[in-house]
This record gives sequence, structure tokens and C-alpha cells, in this order.
Amino acid sequence: MEYKTNVIAEEGKQEILITREFDLPVELLFKAYKEPEIIEQWMGTKVLKFQWQKHGSYRFETTDSQGNKHGFNGVIHDYISNQKIVRTFEMEGMSFGVQLEVYEFEKLTENTSKLKQQIIYQSVEHRNQNLKLPFKQGINWAHNQLEKIFTN
Amino acid sequence: MKLRRDVFQAIADPTRRTIITLVAFNAMTPTAIAENFDYSRQTISKHIQILTECEILEQEQKGREIYYQLNPKGMEEIANFIEPFRKLWDDRFNKLESIMKNYPKKHPNGI
Repeated sequence: MEYKTNVIAEEGKQEILITREFDLPVELLFKAYKEPEIIEQWMGTKVLKFQWQKHGSYRFETTDSQGNKHGFNGVIHDYISNQKIVRTFEMEGMSFGVQLEVYEFEKLTENTSKLKQQIIYQSVEHRNQNLKLPFKQGINWAHNQLEKIFTN
Repeated sequence: MKLRRDVFQAIADPTRRTIITLVAFNAMTPTAIAENFDYSRQTISKHIQILTECEILEQEQKGREIYYQLNPKGMEEIANFIEPFRKLWDDRFNKLESIMKNYPKKHPNGI
């Protein structure tokens, strides 16, 4: 499988670095992070609150396939248009801790741009727990699909 | 619905994990693999088929027999638990990219 996204999670560090180049002008890439209607589309979440300002707060809510609702929230610490966003992020009711996210947007050409997303966790353990989450979900998902196949 | 086949589907099932362990040592024919289980030959064939589709197993023709062996590349993907995390973000970013590519068409009055 070819991915355009790179993930660096160095052993023993409490951060993850995600980088990606987009076939988009940097203004459009940045816009996808500051417009609630657009965030809803690509993150697959409901945006209940979104104060796009320094020290503004936001709250998302997703509904899983079983109909359970999951809340996420954080504070926009600061931003520089088309260059940078610093915000916090927390999964409500989970033990994953609060993470600090630093987004750096870079113009490459008129129509291409690069995103560097640095996620800093409270501890190495918190980071590893978060990192393994999609892996565990993948296995659970696969398991459920298999149960469906073999019980039909 | 046609299921997407991936390595996580392959390792989610205990029988398939056993098959992976068996062929890890030697390439084996489907008959030899089936002898290790109480299930029907058909059930085991189905598991082998899934493992092959997930690119965990690969086939090799030796004379009249087909042997199955591990595909090291497929196993590499399992060993690396970061891949699902990467895939999650890659999917999200692909979506972002396609939404924003269409944005100027939908909003001709500017960004």
C-alpha cells in the first residue's frame, strides 16, 4: 500500500510527527482546519462548538456504528493564518490524557503545500496507547466482520 | 457487500493464526494444513483463501501440488502496528484533499 502520509514515532519519545504533502494551495489546506462545516466533512465528526480565535474552545462529537456518542474537545491556543495552529485535544471519558498539537502549514508551490503535525502527549505510555488505538480498532473491526460472515 | 481484505482481517481469527504458525516453518499443501484441524477441508480452504487474498500467504507450484508459504512482506505489515495509525490519517487527509480540490468550483467567489 502506498501512503502519502508519513508517521514518525521514535522509540522512547512522547510525541508523534505526521507529515503530508497536498495538491492544494496552502490557503485551501489551512481553510480545512478553520471552517467547522469543512472539518465535519473530512474528520467525519459533528462540530458542536468551534470558536476560531486565540484561546477559543471547540468540541466535536462522533457517533460510532453501535450508536454510541464520543466527545472530543480542546482549546485553540493560538494561530497564524496559513502558517500555524497550536491547540489542545482531549478524548472525553477516556484515559488517553490531553495532547498538545502543533500544526505547521508550508507553501511549496502555488498549488501544493505541506503539513507538519506534531502531537505531544503527557508521557511515552500515553503516546503508545494512542498510537495503538487504530490497530486495536482494526482488529476489533475485523473480528466483528468475521463473526458476521461465519454466523450467516 | 464485498469486504475489503486486509492483514488485520487475516490475524483476527484463531484458526488463521494457527495456519500462519504452521506454514511459518515449512511450505505446506492445503491437505497437510487441513490435517492439523478438525474442521472440514472446505473450511480450511476458505481460511487459506482469505490469507492469500490478504497477501499473508503465497502459493508455489511444485510438480502437481500447490504449496503455501508465508509472504514476508505481508507479515511485515502486521508487525508494524503504526501502519493502521498511518492509514487512519492518510484516509482523512485524502478526504480533506478531495473536498478542498472541489472547493473553488463550489465557491467561485473566492476562498
